[in-house]
Amino acid sequence: MAAEGKAIDALHQFNLAPVLGEFGEQYMFSQSTLFMAVAVVLITLLMVVGMARGAVVPGRLQSLAEASYEFVHELVVGQVGDEGKKFFPFVFCLFMFVLFGNLLGLIPYAFTFTSHIAVTFALAALVFVLVTIVGLVIHGTHFFSYFFPEGAPKLLAPLIIPIEIISYLSRPISLSVRLFANMVAGHVMLIVFATFVVMIGSAGFIGYFGAVLPLAINVILVGFELLVAFLQAYVFAILTSIYLHDAVHLH
Amino acid sequence: MSKSLRLAALTALAMLPAAGSFAAEHEEHAGGMPQLNFGEPLLVAQVFWLLAIFVLLYVLMAGVALPRVAKVLAARRSRIDGDLEAARAAKDRADAAMADHRSATAHARAEAHAAVSAAVARAQDELATKTEAMNAKLARQIEAAEAQISAARQAAMGALRQVSADTAAAVVARIAGGADRAVVDAAVDRELSARGHA
Repeated sequence: MAAEGKAIDALHQFNLAPVLGEFGEQYMFSQSTLFMAVAVVLITLLMVVGMARGAVVPGRLQSLAEASYEFVHELVVGQVGDEGKKFFPFVFCLFMFVLFGNLLGLIPYAFTFTSHIAVTFALAALVFVLVTIVGLVIHGTHFFSYFFPEGAPKLLAPLIIPIEIISYLSRPISLSVRLFANMVAGHVMLIVFATFVVMIGSAGFIGYFGAVLPLAINVILVGFELLVAFLQAYVFAILTSIYLHDAVHLH
Repeated sequence: MSKSLRLAALTALAMLPAAGSFAAEHEEHAGGMPQLNFGEPLLVAQVFWLLAIFVLLYVLMAGVALPRVAKVLAARRSRIDGDLEAARAAKDRADAAMADHRSATAHARAEAHAAVSAAVARAQDELATKTEAMNAKLARQIEAAEAQISAARQAAMGALRQVSADTAAAVVARIAGGADRAVVDAAVDRELSARGHA
């Protein structure tokens, strides 16, 4: 993970490797997959154990579980309206899965599965497929009028329709690349500055003082990454809600 | 309009930390990003694992966890509503009791006033009749006394006439020798009435 010779190997941390020995080899179970499973276990523990007592006056864990529930519920109902309640479990899963993936990635030696474009694109594709199916089920072929806004001059149709279709098709790309790029950038910066700490610190007595600066930067970066971890999960969830709103209401 | 503005702001905000990804792109040329190494079977397997794990998460959340949270939240809401309702009812009851109490107090006060003024009126009536009776009695006594006095005076006047006539007759008899009693009486009467003693 750290410096190999002179070069800073910032990308080694994203390498996939099988875990859990024989099982991992056979079923291609990588550390990325392991952390997805860990995220699901933690989310389930939070939501099931936290709500186990179902107390009228909630404790700490129950407050957290209820706060997550109400935060995402407000978000979905606020964006989509009352029809959005059907999609609440899906958006909740997306939000919690991305949030826990981002946060778990900040623990040293953990793997950030949201830093893999294959993962984020698969999630974004899931959203894209769902949104398209919802649009088609609710509006039938009328759904295609989405690509030509009402009241636009007919003359501009050859221009507007391709633009709308391209912008629609680029949604999963922007959705997945945004999350992926943010997580990769954050983790690359963290390891670059961490490597600086080791490199400068190994330069003897004076190096101890020099290493303080990149260390301080890393401390700040971890705080910043906590913000990014939450913000990106929020952005993923709210964009999904906005797309669902478009599919349900057509503009 | 505000929605698209918000979307733009969110996108800009989200892209802000991505500025650092240029650092990553420099490294990419050295070894290549592991994320783009599609020859790696683990990378493809990861997607299938993701779908399986995400479906599991969805089933757990939609089937078990979220309905339970919804139930707890609904129970709390109905409990709070119930408590508020009970508090409102209790307040209504207290208000009604207060109004009852107030009207009862006013009623009692009015009754007491009436009783007092009735008692005063009765006392005054009694006093008036007693005074009247006393006055009448006194008037009767005065009248009786006056009658008695005038009778006594009458008697006294009669005696005076007798004495005057006798004396006059005696005086006349001594002076003139004998006297007509009737003439003397008439002369005394005349004299008495002239002096106002009749």
